[in-house]
Amino acid sequence: MSTHTISVRMENKPGALARVSQLFSRRGYNIMSLAVGPTERADISRLTLRVDCRDDSLEQIEKQMHKLVNVLRVTELVADESLERELALITVTVSPDRRAELVSLSQLAGARVADIGRDAVTFEVVGRPDQVEAFEELVRPYGVRELVRTGRIGLRRPSANGRMNTPTVSV
Amino acid sequence: MLGSDVVLRALEAEGVDIVFGIPGGAILPTYDAMARGTTVRHVLARHEQGAGHMAEGYARASGRVGVAIATSGPGATNLVTAIADAWMDSTPTVFITGQVRSDLIGTDAFQEIDATGITMPIVKHSWLVQDKHELVPALKAAFHVARTGRQGPVLVDIAKDVQEAELEFEWPDEVDLPGWRPPRRVNARQIREAALAIAQAERPIIYAGGGVLNGDACRELLELVDSDRLPAVVTLMGKGCLPDSHPLNYGPPGMHGSKYGNWALNKSDLVIAIGTRFDDRVTGKVSAFAPGAKVIHFDIDAAEVGKIRAAEIPVVGPLKFALTELVAELRTAREEHTPKHEPWLRQLEEWRASFPYRYTKVDGILKPQTAIEALRDLSTTVDGDVIWTTGVGQHQMWAMQYLVCDKPRSFITSGGLGTMGYGVPAAVGAKAARPDATVVCIDGDGCFQMTCQELATAALEGLPIVTVVINNGWLGMVRQWQELFYAERYAQTHLTKQVPDYAQLAEAYGCAGFTVENEDDLESTLAAAFDAGRSAVVDVRCDPEEKCFPMVPAGAAAVDVIEAPDEEGALR
Repeated sequence: MSTHTISVRMENKPGALARVSQLFSRRGYNIMSLAVGPTERADISRLTLRVDCRDDSLEQIEKQMHKLVNVLRVTELVADESLERELALITVTVSPDRRAELVSLSQLAGARVADIGRDAVTFEVVGRPDQVEAFEELVRPYGVRELVRTGRIGLRRPSANGRMNTPTVSV
Repeated sequence: MLGSDVVLRALEAEGVDIVFGIPGGAILPTYDAMARGTTVRHVLARHEQGAGHMAEGYARASGRVGVAIATSGPGATNLVTAIADAWMDSTPTVFITGQVRSDLIGTDAFQEIDATGITMPIVKHSWLVQDKHELVPALKAAFHVARTGRQGPVLVDIAKDVQEAELEFEWPDEVDLPGWRPPRRVNARQIREAALAIAQAERPIIYAGGGVLNGDACRELLELVDSDRLPAVVTLMGKGCLPDSHPLNYGPPGMHGSKYGNWALNKSDLVIAIGTRFDDRVTGKVSAFAPGAKVIHFDIDAAEVGKIRAAEIPVVGPLKFALTELVAELRTAREEHTPKHEPWLRQLEEWRASFPYRYTKVDGILKPQTAIEALRDLSTTVDGDVIWTTGVGQHQMWAMQYLVCDKPRSFITSGGLGTMGYGVPAAVGAKAARPDATVVCIDGDGCFQMTCQELATAALEGLPIVTVVINNGWLGMVRQWQELFYAERYAQTHLTKQVPDYAQLAEAYGCAGFTVENEDDLESTLAAAFDAGRSAVVDVRCDPEEKCFPMVPAGAAAVDVIEAPDEEGALR
């Protein structure tokens, strides 16, 4: 088993997301994260999925996704050749006397303060998934009250060798 | 015109001559449009599942897209079994359902159900039409998607207000589906590799499935077989794609295929899979399947290649095109490689002679296989084509074993989903597609009772079919498993042979009813049913204890197929 990031360009049509996610559950694959949003074209969305599966299963998933009428292109984002980013909002419980310490720590780690309450601070952190995880670990000892991550989004690097966005399965 | 008229004009533009269905509230406007006039004939089913299987039978018998229409809610849910069946067997079908008014969608309105949601895993694609401007593009795309690439079912769910809306009708020439690009060619290098592998093989075997029929590649398959004297096994779904009486056809492999068919496939050194998907009923234990073989896999669906068994040579594309290319490339390859598979052909003939299908006749007991053999013999006396349909279970497997189908689209059955009750409505649909053919449904008593209401459709719509109920009084295949694997604990499988009285039931539906209880009356009764001049049902009361052999037990290697017990009752 290994973890893969799959990028799916699909038509921005009702039910398109449901068709993709349904296919994963029906074929027995577990989605670790899923992010969907608009692209440079209003009629096309991009879906970034993280899945944990065997390599031959990955090929099967990609082929099955290609058969969906709304799916335009399926690409695996390979780590060295792609950019991946994630946003997290983390509310940390903190007493007023330790607030300053926490805020300065977070600034060192590249997070921003999004909101400050009487006994808690919400941070926003944007970065590579490992940076987001590192920040989460950093503040965990203070007590994480609530946390939400967007799930990663990704694009192939234009600087990567070879053709742009080469589909991994050609049909 | 109204949206409902547009639906009919669309069907006409697509060349649809017959649809099967049942009206109801949310689809009423479309039925009203039928009343206003159309060239499309509507066959009124008695249950939406029946309408769905009729559309499937129509599609399988004709090669054209089958269409079924139902209302919202229960109309749509009753179609689900047929949609799933068409999905599993890749039957090109368009299902049209009415939906509640668009302003009521999502409110749990009367007879509202999320039809596109419920069917999402079992359709190639579906459309919920809530905007009248989407109606024409959806219908155009529906037919295109159903029939192109790997064929299968699609659903168009049309809100009632769209059917009632005023709009213009203009049938587009093109579909706008940027994400739907089924392969249209094959990779020439892979064809050359395939030809070379075949030319060098010592024990090649073609493993042909339903895709050959769907891909209209039967003639090309025959040419491949004949041009290089390549032996073949043909799956249940492929039956008829290569003549059963062809000397190089070794029949069906799999759970109830012959020992020689299973050995031919499993002891080969090169499996040439064509339009087939390595189904578990064929492979048995996958890790033990054809262990010494390299695999060439031809399929229109890339996702089937390598799904179950890795293919050393994958060939994705339309089979008709691929096989034509293959025959040519193989001829070239043969200039350098002389055939080495004659000893293999002799071996296969030896196995065929040693392990024929067999059962033991007993005086005074009518064996189900005898009835099927009698039907096979009777069919050779019929003028014109004979089309067989079946239900699912023992009778289906005996039909697969004993019927001789020499023409494509002459054997129509539920393979992947294993839908009991498929036979009668599928026969009605087949008859609608090919009225000149004699259509015979070989059914089980369990199956028959699931959809026999469609006898009314057959009787009233002028679609005469012959239904032969192999009546053993049990859910026979389940009983067989209970006997062999559940220590003869026959939980809830006994139906009785007497209730209902099938001949009386047939008469009640306006069909001719016959009952046969012994072998002496078999031939004459079946002949009388064929000549009844209307739909007929023959209740063949036969041995409840007869089991279907050969058999590959679940989870066993296919090569370890168990033959029928010998005259002393011993299994070997």
